[in-house]
Amino acid sequence: MDQLLQHLVNMLVLGGTYALLGIGLTLIFGIMNVVNFTHGILYTFGAYMMFIVVHQLGLNFFFALPVAIVAGWLLGALIEITLLRPLRGADIDTTMLVMIGAWIAMQSGALWIWGGVAKSIDNPFPDAPLVIGPVSVSWLRLFVLFAAALLIVLAYSLINLTKLGKAMRATFQDSDTAALMGVNVSLIYTSTFAIGSSLAAAAGALLGPVYVVFPQMGDLAAVKAFAIVILGGLGNITGAVIGSFILALAEELGAGYVSSGYRDAMGFLIIIMVLIFKPTGLFARAERVG
Amino acid sequence: MIRTIKAASATALAIAFLSSAATAQTIKIGVNEPLTGAFAASGTYVVNGAKIAADEINAKGGLLGKKIELVIEDNKSNPTEAAAVAEKLITRDKTPVMLGAWGSSLTLAVMPKLVEYETAMVVETSSASKITTSGNPYVFRISPPSFVEAAAFKNIVDKLALKKVDFLVINNDWGRGTAEDFSKMMKEKGITIGLVETMDQSAQDMSAQLAKIKATDSETVIITAAVDQLTLIFKQAAALGLKKRIITTGGSQNPDQIIAQAGAAANDTMHLTTFLPWMPEKTPNPEATTYFIGEWKKRGFDFAGCTESFRGYDGIRTIAAAIEKAGKAEPAAIKDALWKIDVKGLNGDIVFKKSGPAGSESGQSFPNVYLIEITSGKIVMKDL
Repeated sequence: MDQLLQHLVNMLVLGGTYALLGIGLTLIFGIMNVVNFTHGILYTFGAYMMFIVVHQLGLNFFFALPVAIVAGWLLGALIEITLLRPLRGADIDTTMLVMIGAWIAMQSGALWIWGGVAKSIDNPFPDAPLVIGPVSVSWLRLFVLFAAALLIVLAYSLINLTKLGKAMRATFQDSDTAALMGVNVSLIYTSTFAIGSSLAAAAGALLGPVYVVFPQMGDLAAVKAFAIVILGGLGNITGAVIGSFILALAEELGAGYVSSGYRDAMGFLIIIMVLIFKPTGLFARAERVG
Repeated sequence: MIRTIKAASATALAIAFLSSAATAQTIKIGVNEPLTGAFAASGTYVVNGAKIAADEINAKGGLLGKKIELVIEDNKSNPTEAAAVAEKLITRDKTPVMLGAWGSSLTLAVMPKLVEYETAMVVETSSASKITTSGNPYVFRISPPSFVEAAAFKNIVDKLALKKVDFLVINNDWGRGTAEDFSKMMKEKGITIGLVETMDQSAQDMSAQLAKIKATDSETVIITAAVDQLTLIFKQAAALGLKKRIITTGGSQNPDQIIAQAGAAANDTMHLTTFLPWMPEKTPNPEATTYFIGEWKKRGFDFAGCTESFRGYDGIRTIAAAIEKAGKAEPAAIKDALWKIDVKGLNGDIVFKKSGPAGSESGQSFPNVYLIEITSGKIVMKDL
């Protein structure tokens, strides 16, 4: 029982950061229909931004977080304007190839700039964990959970409650009609990609101090983000959040009670099961066929 | 048209001939290491150590009147790539001997290529026992296989009063091989083996495995992984309040990096290591060790990398000794000469003994193994 409680606490912390990754990708992959291979590198980028601000500039940890998020937003906007805008209307394969190229180039760039040795980011939280009965959790992870929850609520409100969110949803439903209604479609494309990217950078910035920072850290994170998006249904934000916690739960319990060797395979197993039994995702609304 | 093709092919032939004539001025040594991917940091350290050896040898006039040239290729921490790199080094660069390939899974993937092209490889880091017991006569290993580590550890399990042990190992040939060899030795000693948990080589969150280990009644955990994962494990174990004795194996721990990155979480952990850069006077070859560490620092590399890079240094010196002994840079002659060398390595004499099935034995050298402990952020040697 004690062990189960510990697994559940771990699941909450893990699920919160998966959700940031998942929401970011569901915006880009689910709504914009761009198979975004740079999502993992944006996660890595966020973590390196933390490293730069905290260690190389010597500034405060809590100041570094918004810096990393804004930097992620800017890099996302840059990718959209330089790589995706010229390809608008191109088929999904062309875009995918360009994104794979961008991913490899940026990852090699990170290796070139920072080297392969993993970096560790100091945090202002005490080393001793918070212990409640049989359950023990580090203060840093608790902070990450709350910061992630806050960002999830912000992202959700932005998309569902603001005018920008409405314009985004309208654009990706029918961009011609949206343009006719006076929506600046180009701006919406750029903002959506930038928001998705900044969420990935936020996840990296939050998890960088929890783990260590190295150029390939985003690869596994990206795979998980894709699993979450498929699980929750393309473009479904609530689905992505729930999907994140399901994935985290499957990993924790899978490793705890089945076999730890297959921990990271749980995500793929879930994708396969979902694709077989409910290919539109667990939380997709019923769609009209034909 | 035909004339153009003929002219072009003649030119190509001439260029090929000229370039091979030009490269014949050097003796090539292939280096097959992970420079990107999960083991990028370690592989880069090994390559930098190899370069120090090559520069040292060339500064003294080279080998057989020629300079040596390292042909360094990245195997991307990926076994498929490691095999492709070996093929490229042998067939395109015509390297008569190679150094590689850091990880056990990487080395095992290269091994069939060695047989196919009859070219020897000095294995500098890998520790899965089966590398030198599977009957591949082209493998010459200078790092200790896990059964040698286990044998060295056997002498101290009584002192540590081990009773019940869990394992947390990387899920590849290295980790699983270590769990197997250590379990076997411990069972003979009457120690109970509890859980054997594994983790993917790129996994970053081991909380689930650690929570499971926390709940058992064992007092010790044996952990096998490379330095980056160890750092994470120590931090996560501390966060979970795991209070068991931790002993790591495999020689890729970089204790200085662990202290720098895991901080207090690294205290009281023990590590089986194969080099003592912190106390050169206690190494088998203090003079060479001091020279190597001095050169390493002079080049501005991170001191923490010494525990990895010395293997690249020793590996190239081993290969150089064999080329010298062979008297020619040809694969068959170098392979035969590897059996006859005696190199003063930084971690004991490098002499290859036969290992594996009769008729197709691999070469295995038996370096020293040490147990160190991190106490209040300092490295302390434990007597074995």
